[in-house]
Amino acid sequence: MLGILPREKLARREAMWFWFFIAPWVLGFLLFRGLPIIASMVLSFTNFSNSSVRPTEFIGLDNYFKLFDDKIFYKSLQVSFLYTLFSVPLGLVFSLGLAMLLNQKVPFLGFFRTAYYVPTLIGGSVAAAFLFQLMLNPTFGVVNYFIARMVGPNGLIPLGIQGPGWFFDPKWVMPSFVLLSLWGFGGPMLIYLAGLQGVPTQLYEAARIDGANAWQRFRNVTLPMISPVILFNFITGIIGSFQIFTPAYVISNGAGGPAYASMFYVLYLYLNAFRRYRFGYASAQAWLLFIVILVLTVLALRATREAVYYETPGDEKAA
Amino acid sequence: MAQQTLSTPSSATTTIGIQRKPSMLRSARFQENFISTVATLICLVGLGVVLFPVFWMLSTSLKSQLEAFKPPPPWMPNTFHWENYYDALTTNPFGVYFRNTIYFSLMVVVAEVVSNSFIAFGFARLRAPGRNFLFYFVLATLMIPGEVTLIPQYVLFARLGWLNSFKPLIVPAWFGSAYLIFLLRQFYMSIPKEYDEAALIEGASWLTIWYRITLPLSMPALGVVAIMSFIFHWNLYQGPLIYINDNSLFTLSLGLSMFQTPFGGTPWHWYMAASLVTILPCIIVFFLAQRFFIQGIVVSGVKG
Repeated sequence: MLGILPREKLARREAMWFWFFIAPWVLGFLLFRGLPIIASMVLSFTNFSNSSVRPTEFIGLDNYFKLFDDKIFYKSLQVSFLYTLFSVPLGLVFSLGLAMLLNQKVPFLGFFRTAYYVPTLIGGSVAAAFLFQLMLNPTFGVVNYFIARMVGPNGLIPLGIQGPGWFFDPKWVMPSFVLLSLWGFGGPMLIYLAGLQGVPTQLYEAARIDGANAWQRFRNVTLPMISPVILFNFITGIIGSFQIFTPAYVISNGAGGPAYASMFYVLYLYLNAFRRYRFGYASAQAWLLFIVILVLTVLALRATREAVYYETPGDEKAA
Repeated sequence: MAQQTLSTPSSATTTIGIQRKPSMLRSARFQENFISTVATLICLVGLGVVLFPVFWMLSTSLKSQLEAFKPPPPWMPNTFHWENYYDALTTNPFGVYFRNTIYFSLMVVVAEVVSNSFIAFGFARLRAPGRNFLFYFVLATLMIPGEVTLIPQYVLFARLGWLNSFKPLIVPAWFGSAYLIFLLRQFYMSIPKEYDEAALIEGASWLTIWYRITLPLSMPALGVVAIMSFIFHWNLYQGPLIYINDNSLFTLSLGLSMFQTPFGGTPWHWYMAASLVTILPCIIVFFLAQRFFIQGIVVSGVKG
């Protein structure tokens, strides 16, 4: 009896300290997340414009009905879907390839790992958006010049192929943005690298003794062992690519052109909210975005449930 | 390592492939050398491709206006036009933008390092009923897109009279961010529990343990948080775009995106000069702290 009482008391005290330490998060969640989420839902049922000129009215599901009739909204949904569809898988493969490369016995490994991360420091910035606009310029851009020299009419291999219009051609806007997104491969690359370092070397040795070649070792050792990391990068990639804003806003000058080809979901949301002050309408858009991301995440988790290998049963690793 | 274990006879006698051992050894070593050489080559070529845009930014920033627009673009300027930097940075008040960006990103870095290290300590070192559930809840909030809370937050900050200031961007940073809490918690978990117990017996409070034991031991992880936060906020665009209207409060990214030219058009040589200057602090900070950073992430293992 005497031994139990203080321990219980200690546990209760520890729990109190726990709440003390996480109190900022709880408070911040309520103030800047929880309440705004509810407020956002309420706003999505109104014509709120944050001005005293037009009184706010409760308009039910009108915003949502209007959205489903809004051609630009559909276009923005399509643009963001396509962007996710291409940039996420390509990014996953590209950054995994580089991580595998930087996990080899290469001289000056530290230098390489650092240098390969540099584009990621710039990737999402205004400067990078400008830079890609310049490099992909149809007339004086270096990329089209390079294409002309390689496969142009007078090029190395004269196929007569000419560089596309990139950001100026509605058909080529999407590949241009995907290229820009690939330039930010460093973040997932580092996370892959961490995962690759965690694969026990004995497994590779065992596979080698069994006569597995490089591809078989990759397919049967590396991939299963880092599958949780791939899943992590996959899901954060989906969430991130649906929220892309800066390059779209800067490159299209806040217009989403040409022909709405760069009207990304969040760009259209921003324009509705902060250019046209249709806060209610934009809130409805935000809620639909939330649902889209939620559904995609759940789908991704479901689809990969069989394919992902966890060292320990359950979620022990995260806990 | 692999060769060593294979070449010790005691470990190899029991394996089935005794007879093939020497040839297997040779081919394995050959394969390893081959892979290493090819990897080095690909690393070099890949680095050229990946860093080419940065080179292009530098090269264009030193070109004359004519060279910057010439249809087959010259690789290098004929003469280095260093005055582009002076011109680009003085046509717009970049000095002011610099000061604003430094102020804003440092304020957020301090806020995020302090708050997240504090909150993560609770999740990593203290036991309480419901702790794990709450932690998963924190992780789940990562899925909430910022756009959902953006508009009510804007309205809230507008009512508080915080528009056209950095308060809407700095104050919330004092309440932690899910990703950084997760990162620091993973690191804290690797610190032996015995330290806490010893300190408790000595009569230290949990606050003292956090401040005097955990923080000094987790400097690499705090460094990672600081760098990540700095780079992120240095380049942040949407937040300042929404909350800052006054030109005298512009950050570098805002100023850059609204670059005004006296004669209109798009002077790419100036754009690139200004762009390079805005990203330079990020690159410098990263190189100064890179060992810290890459190691910190690779070792502490941010895994899903």
